[in-house]
Amino acid sequence: MSATNPVRETLNAIYQSDSRRVLATLIRLLGDFDAAEEALHDAFRAALEQWPRQGVPANPRAWLVSAGRFKAIDGLRRRKRFDALDESGHAAEIAVHDTAAWADAESVEDDRLRLIFTCCHPALAPDAQVALTLREVCGLTTEEIAHAFLTPAPTLAQRIVRAKAKIRDARIPYQVPTPAELPERLDAVLRVVYLVFNEGYTASSGATVTRHDLSGEAIRLGRVLVELLPAPEAVGLLALMLLHESRRTARTSPSGEVILLDDQDRSLWNRDLITEGTRLVRQALSSRAFGPYSIQAAISSLHAEAPNAAATDWIEIVGLYDVLLQMGATPVIELNRAVAVAMRDDPTAGLVLIDAILARGELRDYRFAHAARAELCRRLGKTTEARTSFERALSLTRQEPERRFLERRLADLNQG
Amino acid sequence: MKYLCLVYLEEQKLHAVADSECFACGEAFRSSGALVAAEALQPIETATTVRVRNGKLTITDGPFAETKEQLAGFYLLDARDLNEAIQMAAKIPPAREGSIEVRPVRDLDVGSAAT
Repeated sequence: MSATNPVRETLNAIYQSDSRRVLATLIRLLGDFDAAEEALHDAFRAALEQWPRQGVPANPRAWLVSAGRFKAIDGLRRRKRFDALDESGHAAEIAVHDTAAWADAESVEDDRLRLIFTCCHPALAPDAQVALTLREVCGLTTEEIAHAFLTPAPTLAQRIVRAKAKIRDARIPYQVPTPAELPERLDAVLRVVYLVFNEGYTASSGATVTRHDLSGEAIRLGRVLVELLPAPEAVGLLALMLLHESRRTARTSPSGEVILLDDQDRSLWNRDLITEGTRLVRQALSSRAFGPYSIQAAISSLHAEAPNAAATDWIEIVGLYDVLLQMGATPVIELNRAVAVAMRDDPTAGLVLIDAILARGELRDYRFAHAARAELCRRLGKTTEARTSFERALSLTRQEPERRFLERRLADLNQG
Repeated sequence: MKYLCLVYLEEQKLHAVADSECFACGEAFRSSGALVAAEALQPIETATTVRVRNGKLTITDGPFAETKEQLAGFYLLDARDLNEAIQMAAKIPPAREGSIEVRPVRDLDVGSAAT
């Protein structure tokens, strides 16, 4: 057994826990994403060489930042000597003169927020925001992100390159937004986090229902955000993700079949996640500055607390959907409310609402609207209408387990 | 850094914002030191497109592509970064009626060619 192994293990652990923080600070010090990434690799390479001989430093993160910064400046100086016209000499000067800034604990903590807000800047295309956040903030490789989003790796790499070029060329600042900008900018960050979560939780296409890694990354990101900036909606979104996550094992059968909320084995729900999620919902709601994520989390927590579908507080759930609609009406929220009304009153009441939404044409191509309509028709014994709606939903789904689920429902109809 | 804020408006909205309001906006940018230049443009029917291909000059009526919105004017502003430029662009009155495209200005790379 080699003596360097413990150091290598320590270094691996530090890479896992701290490489993104080191990168965030290096981007601020060097003013450039690519230079910072190169410096990060150089810093870890230097650690791998020096730590086995000199021992692990007392503050490994500060050591890595310092080493990365030194390597970058050294590199820029050398390049400057060879190319007198190289503009990047400017960055080297900034880095040289900024002697103490990196040691200031507060600005180092802020660096992670700066990185998140820069990656989720609304001036970047939405898919670029997602890709850049997963790459820079979460540390996923381009190949991992491409795989998770079923996108060719070169397309994804190109997306990241373009986003970095826009940050540089349009001069998107590496800053935490001012209080005046914060609400809108935080919305953009939360949208990215939730998009990543949903991509992992209900993959819009592909062979498996969930792509667990993305949901896990989104929850990790949500935790970092709440730790750095405990805004009510950040707390609400984390709660929402945890409560959804708590049902992960219950929502598909061992063979990968979809199981609806009402039919899930609730003993499989993860109680720890529910406890944490419910506590966060209360925290968000007590702030009185909550928004749609907190309300959706509150709805989810009512489901989580109920022993079964019948014993669920549907009156409260419909009331929360009403609040949600007041914040900003969307046809999907209306649809969810209609399903809750069907549970609170009777299937006919829900069916009337769904038919009204479909008549407006907005959800004509939304598979869940037709699936929900089919379920209500089935419960009302309207077999022919149920079949038509299931078939319509089936024609709109691109996801294998969902297709099998709908086919099964159709087969059950024909038997009954 | 300089940003060119291009004002785009649909034809029927070209006069939706009073000239006096746009002038006041320009003056406000001038007094804060951000204004480099600002002009309003004649409507798109007056535009001429100039192209040189293989040394041959071609001139065509109108802009290259037909779009619903047309370029109605511009403000060339000096801003610290994109965030500041976006905040200034939001103050340009036609932002309410049409859209403002914010483009960073690029320095011409003439240094290497000159030496």
